Amino acid sequence: MEQVVQQIIGGLATGAIYACIALSIVMIYQAIDHLNFAQGEMAMFSTYIAWQLMQWGAPYWGAFFITIAISFVLGYVIERTVFKPVHNAPVLSHIVIFIALFAIINSMAGFIWEFTIKPFPTPFGTKSVLGEGLLSAHGAGMIAVTGVMLGMLYLFFRYTRVGLAMRAASANPDSARLVGIRVGFMNALGWGMAAAIGAVAGMMIAPVVFLEPNMMVTILLYGFAGAVVGGLTSPGGAVFGGFAVGVIENLASFVPHFGAEMKLSIALALIILVLTLKPSGLFGRRIVSRV
Amino acid sequence: MKTSTPVTSVIAAIGATVITLAQNWKLAGFILVLIAGAIFPLCASGVFTFQITQLLIYAIAIAGLNLLTGFNGQFSLGHSAFYAIGAYVSAVLMTQLDMPFYLTIPIAAAVCFVFGFLFGLPALRLEGIYLALATFALAIATPQILKFKPVEHLTGGVQGLALFHLKPEAPFGLPFDQDQWTFYVTFAVTILMFFLAFSLVNSRSGRAMKAIRDNHIAAKVTGIDLSLFKTLTFGVSALFTGVAGSLSALLIAFVAPDSFQITLAIAIFVGMVVGGVGWIPGAFLGALFILFVPNIAEHIAFGLSAFFDLIRKVIPFFPSIGEQSAKGLTGTVYGVFLILLIYVMPSGLAGLLRLAVQRLARARS
Amino acid sequence: MSTPLLSAKNLRAFYGPTQILYDLNFDMHTGGITTLLGANGAGKTTTLRALSAMVRTSGEIRFDGKLISNKETADIVRLGVAHVPEGRGTFVRQTVEENLQLGGITQPASQISADVERVFTYFPRLKERFRQQAGTLSGGEQQMLAIGRALMLRPKVMLLDEPSFGLAPLIVQEMFEILRTLNKKEKVSMFLVEQNASLALELADHAYLLETGRVVMSGPAKQLSADESIRRAYLGY
Ligand SMILES: Nc1ncnc2c1ncn2[C@@H]1O[C@H](COP(=O)(O)OP(=O)(O)O)[C@@H](O)[C@H]1O
Ligand SMILES: [Mg+2]
Repeated sequence: MEQVVQQIIGGLATGAIYACIALSIVMIYQAIDHLNFAQGEMAMFSTYIAWQLMQWGAPYWGAFFITIAISFVLGYVIERTVFKPVHNAPVLSHIVIFIALFAIINSMAGFIWEFTIKPFPTPFGTKSVLGEGLLSAHGAGMIAVTGVMLGMLYLFFRYTRVGLAMRAASANPDSARLVGIRVGFMNALGWGMAAAIGAVAGMMIAPVVFLEPNMMVTILLYGFAGAVVGGLTSPGGAVFGGFAVGVIENLASFVPHFGAEMKLSIALALIILVLTLKPSGLFGRRIVSRV
Repeated sequence: MKTSTPVTSVIAAIGATVITLAQNWKLAGFILVLIAGAIFPLCASGVFTFQITQLLIYAIAIAGLNLLTGFNGQFSLGHSAFYAIGAYVSAVLMTQLDMPFYLTIPIAAAVCFVFGFLFGLPALRLEGIYLALATFALAIATPQILKFKPVEHLTGGVQGLALFHLKPEAPFGLPFDQDQWTFYVTFAVTILMFFLAFSLVNSRSGRAMKAIRDNHIAAKVTGIDLSLFKTLTFGVSALFTGVAGSLSALLIAFVAPDSFQITLAIAIFVGMVVGGVGWIPGAFLGALFILFVPNIAEHIAFGLSAFFDLIRKVIPFFPSIGEQSAKGLTGTVYGVFLILLIYVMPSGLAGLLRLAVQRLARARS
Repeated sequence: MSTPLLSAKNLRAFYGPTQILYDLNFDMHTGGITTLLGANGAGKTTTLRALSAMVRTSGEIRFDGKLISNKETADIVRLGVAHVPEGRGTFVRQTVEENLQLGGITQPASQISADVERVFTYFPRLKERFRQQAGTLSGGEQQMLAIGRALMLRPKVMLLDEPSFGLAPLIVQEMFEILRTLNKKEKVSMFLVEQNASLALELADHAYLLETGRVVMSGPAKQLSADESIRRAYLGY
């Protein structure tokens, strides 16, 4: 029993990672009705920016916030320059663009910062805060940061006019234009925000998995799994889904033959299971409408 | 006057054949391809033969995906899984049961058909981006599943299976080396698969598939069993890609989990989009792209890094962002290629080609 | 004669390669109600979408004398052109309150609550439904919400696409009364697209008749209602 509790808490800590990235996936899905397969790479690149700033002598929190700002701008610019011209193209073209972005960002990171593994600092320390080896300070901090970010997003979307405009632009772009919302601008804003959230996710994850250009590839899959479990239309659901995936994955290690190397398959199974049984996810909205 | 000498009758026969061929340009083209295929490995270097063999294999895989996307409106970022299954089925049968390679192809095809059919069931309920996501997950998980411990004695685990000693020799003492023979086998299978693909597309079922793509409601009204057709198409698509995988096991003579990463799935997908969705011959253009463009990108990257070296000499600030490695830029160049391609040719190379053909046809008429 | 509030010159519209509108010419004056009549598929909706830059067009559209045919939808809206689209364009996931706020999203935040109250004076039903998800409203309520949303813009002109569509006759009467009041009290000019010709001709002062993308007749509403052929084809008596 104690072992189970241990695994659950450990799962929550890794789950926080997945929750972070799931949140940024859902953000961009809200903004552009798409899953961005280059999302993880954008987060990785942001993390490198933070690393570079710290190399240049910036204190952790200074680098943290500057990175968020830079990432926001980068996300915005990528949408305006790369994505906007093909906005009306079919989904297949969009996916190719994502693949291209993936390749470009990944290789740029390798080009600028080399493909070697780099350690990345944590502002929370590595001491255990909950029993021996149960939950590290960094794990706790990560959970807290995810919570704060989710809260801020909730307030933003619920109570600000820009948040309302963004929701409207993604839910019904034509009607949004007809009330004077610049939908393209909102899309770009959505990319910017998603990049900023991704940056936070990257900076939180890097101390755990180390910084290297491919650090996000598999984590992205867990993020997708989390987002799908919670429902792609629900930021809160995505966070829940992320934690759930972390816990499920840890508990599955009790099943014989299902060692660590089968973890990815669990994410795969979760995605297919949820998409098949309940495509809107656990918390996704069914749209109520009368024709 | 009767001047029927053997010479004139031969000339007459050749003339008649030429006229028949000229009238039936499809047949003529086919014969030309056959001749080219027969001669090619005898003239080309070993490396080039290898590359073209790989090209044919990719083309089969891409054609498989194209059946799914072009004719059914579904798509997949996970076809590397079926490619892997095809390769592994052949490899395992060869190593465990000493089965001759040729026999393993149909078995690999059948197994992949079943897997594709099964994956097609949940995929039925998924559209657009959700399907992309599920198949993307499949592709990422594939190498891990191949490492699954309990079947390690069959699959060779992380190490994979080596097949060098099992590569078939040319039969009947034909004077071909293994590479040449591999090419001939691949060439024959390619012709068979594309013949199947064309027949399928032009058959009643093919038209049903297109109906599904173009209009769900219309297809329903005309009484097509939608779910069955969609899942069957998934199966057929997987079958094609699986055959390609099986051939790749022969060509590379080695299978290992890490040969079937997401990058392979992406390559097949990119090849399909580049070649042109819904146009079977486009598969060859797509294969050409995924085989050679990464190389070209690498060359350009090397050129670029030389250029950066130059800049570094002028602007002393430049080196502070780390040791520049030329290889690092390859992905960037490749990505830029892809983006430009989508901008310039939204319907792929095939679209461009078709446009040119249409123009020509219009100019002639 | 003063400059027209809204005018089109040689207006053509296309969906992809297909031309839908052929050289439309019309203008409407400040304070008026102009109606565009036509059978199903004549191109009425397309005309409104052309005015709001939601389809590809050629030709000239002027609003308040300014050329707007090269502008984007959102920018045209910001000039005071409120388009109440076919199908009502409800933000179904958002509440009634949020729908109204969205209507005024380009306006200063300070005037929103007063404007919402003003909408309630015309559509008290919306007040009862204030916190409800807009997708759950009835068809008539959604139409009211759509007009209310348009009012939040404090528009100079409203482009109304078949506001009577799918509504019970009584509600239609009520709706048209409100439109008349809005035109008088709020000084909103209206460009009204309708299939229900008799109602529209009663409300409007000027009318255009559209057939397969061409204006085939125009004139004062009274004159058109008196016209024999119109009566037979569109009014049914
Ligand atoms: N999105 C579209 N794509 C192609 N053709 C369209 C589209 N929408 C409308 N049409 C065509 O344009 C013509 C005019 O349509 P519309 O403006 O909606 O007519 P109305 O509003 O008068 O009923 C019709 O023939 C219709 O088939
Ligand atoms: Mg209409």
